[in-house]
Amino acid sequence: MLDIKGLNKSFGGVAAISDVNIAFPTGSLTAIIGPNGAGKSTFFNLISGGLQPDSGAVTFDGASLLGRSRAQIIDAGIGRAFQIARIFPTLTVEESLLGAVTAHRHRAQNVSRRFPLPEMRDRTLEVAEMLGLTEKLGVISANLSHGDQKLLDIALALVLEPRVLLLDEPTAGMGPDERWRMIERVHELWEREKLTLIFIEHDMDIVFKIAPRICVLCYGRLLAEGTPDQIRTNPAVIEAYLGTSHEEAAI
Amino acid sequence: MYATRPTLARDLAIAAAALVILLLLPYVWPSRMVNDLVIRVSAFALFATSLNLLVGYTGMVSFGHGMFFGFGAYAFGLSMQKLGTSIPTAFVITIVTSACLGLVVGAISIRLKDIYFSFITLAFQMLLYSLIIAWVPLTGGDQGLMGGIPRPPFWGVDLSQESHRYVCAVTLLVIGLLILRQIVESPFGYTLRMIRDNTERASFLGINVFRAKLTAFVIAGIFGSIGGMVMALFVSGAYPEFVNWTMSGEGIFMIMLGGLSTFIGPAAGALILSLLNDVITRGTEHHGLVLGGVILLFALGLRKGVTDFIADWFRQRREAASRSGS
Repeated sequence: MLDIKGLNKSFGGVAAISDVNIAFPTGSLTAIIGPNGAGKSTFFNLISGGLQPDSGAVTFDGASLLGRSRAQIIDAGIGRAFQIARIFPTLTVEESLLGAVTAHRHRAQNVSRRFPLPEMRDRTLEVAEMLGLTEKLGVISANLSHGDQKLLDIALALVLEPRVLLLDEPTAGMGPDERWRMIERVHELWEREKLTLIFIEHDMDIVFKIAPRICVLCYGRLLAEGTPDQIRTNPAVIEAYLGTSHEEAAI
Repeated sequence: MYATRPTLARDLAIAAAALVILLLLPYVWPSRMVNDLVIRVSAFALFATSLNLLVGYTGMVSFGHGMFFGFGAYAFGLSMQKLGTSIPTAFVITIVTSACLGLVVGAISIRLKDIYFSFITLAFQMLLYSLIIAWVPLTGGDQGLMGGIPRPPFWGVDLSQESHRYVCAVTLLVIGLLILRQIVESPFGYTLRMIRDNTERASFLGINVFRAKLTAFVIAGIFGSIGGMVMALFVSGAYPEFVNWTMSGEGIFMIMLGGLSTFIGPAAGALILSLLNDVITRGTEHHGLVLGGVILLFALGLRKGVTDFIADWFRQRREAASRSGS
């Protein structure tokens, strides 16, 4: 279980995350929603070692993740993908994934052998197949479509064999059809890999359809958490974020 | 499905063929001028290729790499002159001290990014330059190491003979390039490419970016200093010009001329720049002006180095052929 307790982070006196307490049970699928500037990406950064909190605790299966290096957090089983796909533009999809597996298996400093190491190929192929990138292995990452770049970003996190996967707006910048294809793929991934999956999403139709549990952040605070029905009818959430259309839809 | 990559066996075969050709060159084209050119290009090729490990593969543009070239020349010359060691021992001392210098300078410099990294490396280079100018009793100041570097025979090799110097220089060149080639084609070489492309993402894959960059900096420093050592052997001395900022500038020019996206580009650039220097200096006293014009032509005309241009041309031909085939 990933357990967040009393998490705080401020930037120059402005509280980005304020006393957040959330527990993510093993194998759960949770959506994080909230208006722009609510602290969602900061929350992911605090979990994945991108930022250190001012106070609070982040524990995974009882072990604290605070003060650990990014490599140690990855080794503990936390992987993440980004809102804007962070890929390696001059490398092919295959080279990117092989490089990621090589780094994860602590062979990044090896100079005695040639790249790629054969023992890294199975995981690369497995993840490429999982995300439908098999046909794109030879393509230079910069030449991929936006959707495929997002898939590659997720694949880069997935080759690290995470037990918790953090996806920051996996459908950002996509058209309606592409969004649904992406989210279906993410859902399949969650079911197949038995991951603890936490994703940030702005498309409420997607959130309410696939997330069994939703957490709402607003101005750095946890405004509400619960099932889609509970969130849809929560007055505080409606006022702060959803507006009236979802309330009417619920009625 | 997987792209074919250069194997070690293929690179060894190419290196062996290159070495044979270079060793036969003095017999096919017996000319002192050619011998001198090849030795100088060997020194500069090692220097430029090692710089490209930072610039082209890691994305760290060092303006101070000439520091290692000059340091190698002085470390080797001083070991021979002051300590009276054998050439192999001086070679080892040069490598070890250069690695130490790289470790210290790198540990400080690579904490900075982009232009700040470039300028701090330049600052270190100027510091070393000033030290060499000021420490006259040890370094000879602006006159350089006086009295020449002794070249006692070792293992049947007599570097006081020009033919032996030639063989030594081209052997060091080929072995040096082969080792650098192995490094850039290893998992570590791809780690450097990942850092160059997206440092933040690389760190989120668990790559220790600091360690990888520092390792690259030290390796580049070692091979840059071997280049300086070859030059010191050739001119039988070490001079402050080797450590001056212009040396680093020439390294960048070599990479620009030859191309930074191919492994052999910087070595080709070293050959082109040396040839241009020789030809232009013989033809006009305004060689700086002409050389500047040629470099502008490359920068504005080709917008890439010669080998980059050739590699792109071949790639486009291959793609056109595969399109017409399908």
